[in-house]
Amino acid sequence: MRYFSFNDFLFILDATRWTIALSLLAFLLGGLLGGVIAILRISSFAPVRLAAAGYVQLFQGTPLLMQLFLIYYGLSLFGLRLDAWTAVTIAYTIYAAAFLGDIWRGCIQAIPKEQWEASRALALGYLHQLFLVIMPQAVRIAIPPTVGFLVQLVKATAVASIIGFVELTRAGQLMTNATFQPMIVYPIVAGLYFALCWPLSVWSQHLEKRLRVENVMGRKR
Amino acid sequence: MRLRLGQRVTYTFQFGIVFDRFPQLLEGALLTIRLAAMAMVFGLIVAVICAYLRTSGPKPMRWLVGMYVEGIRNTPFLVQLYIIFFSLPAIGIRFEANTAALVAMIVNLGAYATEIVRAGVQSVPAGQIEVGLALGLKRLQIYRFIILFPAIKAVFPALASQFILLLLGSSVVSAISANELTAVANTLQSTTFRAFEVYIVVTLMYLAIAMGFRALFAGLYWFVFVRGRGA
Repeated sequence: MRYFSFNDFLFILDATRWTIALSLLAFLLGGLLGGVIAILRISSFAPVRLAAAGYVQLFQGTPLLMQLFLIYYGLSLFGLRLDAWTAVTIAYTIYAAAFLGDIWRGCIQAIPKEQWEASRALALGYLHQLFLVIMPQAVRIAIPPTVGFLVQLVKATAVASIIGFVELTRAGQLMTNATFQPMIVYPIVAGLYFALCWPLSVWSQHLEKRLRVENVMGRKR
Repeated sequence: MRLRLGQRVTYTFQFGIVFDRFPQLLEGALLTIRLAAMAMVFGLIVAVICAYLRTSGPKPMRWLVGMYVEGIRNTPFLVQLYIIFFSLPAIGIRFEANTAALVAMIVNLGAYATEIVRAGVQSVPAGQIEVGLALGLKRLQIYRFIILFPAIKAVFPALASQFILLLLGSSVVSAISANELTAVANTLQSTTFRAFEVYIVVTLMYLAIAMGFRALFAGLYWFVFVRGRGA
């Protein structure tokens, strides 16, 4: 048995970058997919709308850990040999897309319908209405909840440690096994997560206040 | 059911194996439901107390509750679970796995629900509190008899979705070998080697449990806040 040394701390600190990398990757890819989901959810074609809503319901209504297991074990059964990185990236992309798609749909629908009518009256086509008139306004109110979701995503990456993906939490487990000092290791791990998440939380609250979301969201759809 | 992918790979689904062991899964599901239900009840009690302390308690208390809420909300549930199960025994606080899971769930939910209940408390019009003061009620009485009921009514949907998130998040307590639904699934998976079938069935069970709880909350809302109260 050995004591918890500064090098052990550096090992944990070093693993933090995989937490950050996975969060960013899932956020970017999930953002792309989530954007598509959001647009599909406001489609005027019912089957598309329902399919997108079903996607959101399914992935928000089941545990993330189950989604991870299904992708990690499931796809490998079909001969697709996935390494941990690929499996985890796919799972978190799907997860992030379900939440971001739902958040952004809300933001798009919070834009008063007169904006749609006015742009229609100016003879803009659907895509022009969406991207030139609605989106620029929706993005403004979407930023605070999106930053808030980033906090949720960073925390959610801890679950990837259960399938053996080495990030902050897993590094903490490895260090606990090596040093038998859980009383030191896990609070440090928690502290590092806090250092990642708290600034984002504060920023999100600050943005929310500054953009006075309630004024925009308060209007009737 | 057979699935063919390309020329070489064939996989035959065998759900029979999973359904043979369905009673085990049901037992796990019952524990998941019990853990979630108990965490909801105790978490809400923690939240109601902490929301009072946060809004009208003495300064150090407000500060302390603020630290609890921010600390929990900005760290992963899994790490909180590890601290309670692995770290606390080092200072002599020892829980058995299922109890540690329950404690972690209560501590976690308590923090989120405190923020939600606090938002509800702040949504109660100041005039109502002034009425309480005019009637000579003490601060705690005002909180208990005037603020609490409409506050919880106002934030009930947010509380309900937080409860569902807790239920789904509870699957990670399998990591400390609490024997709830996910842990049973892991055991089945390692004895039958039918990972995909086991996890599909269990995922659907979670979906069903979540829907059950949603229906329960809708019923509860009607029963407590709507029935016989007019507007």
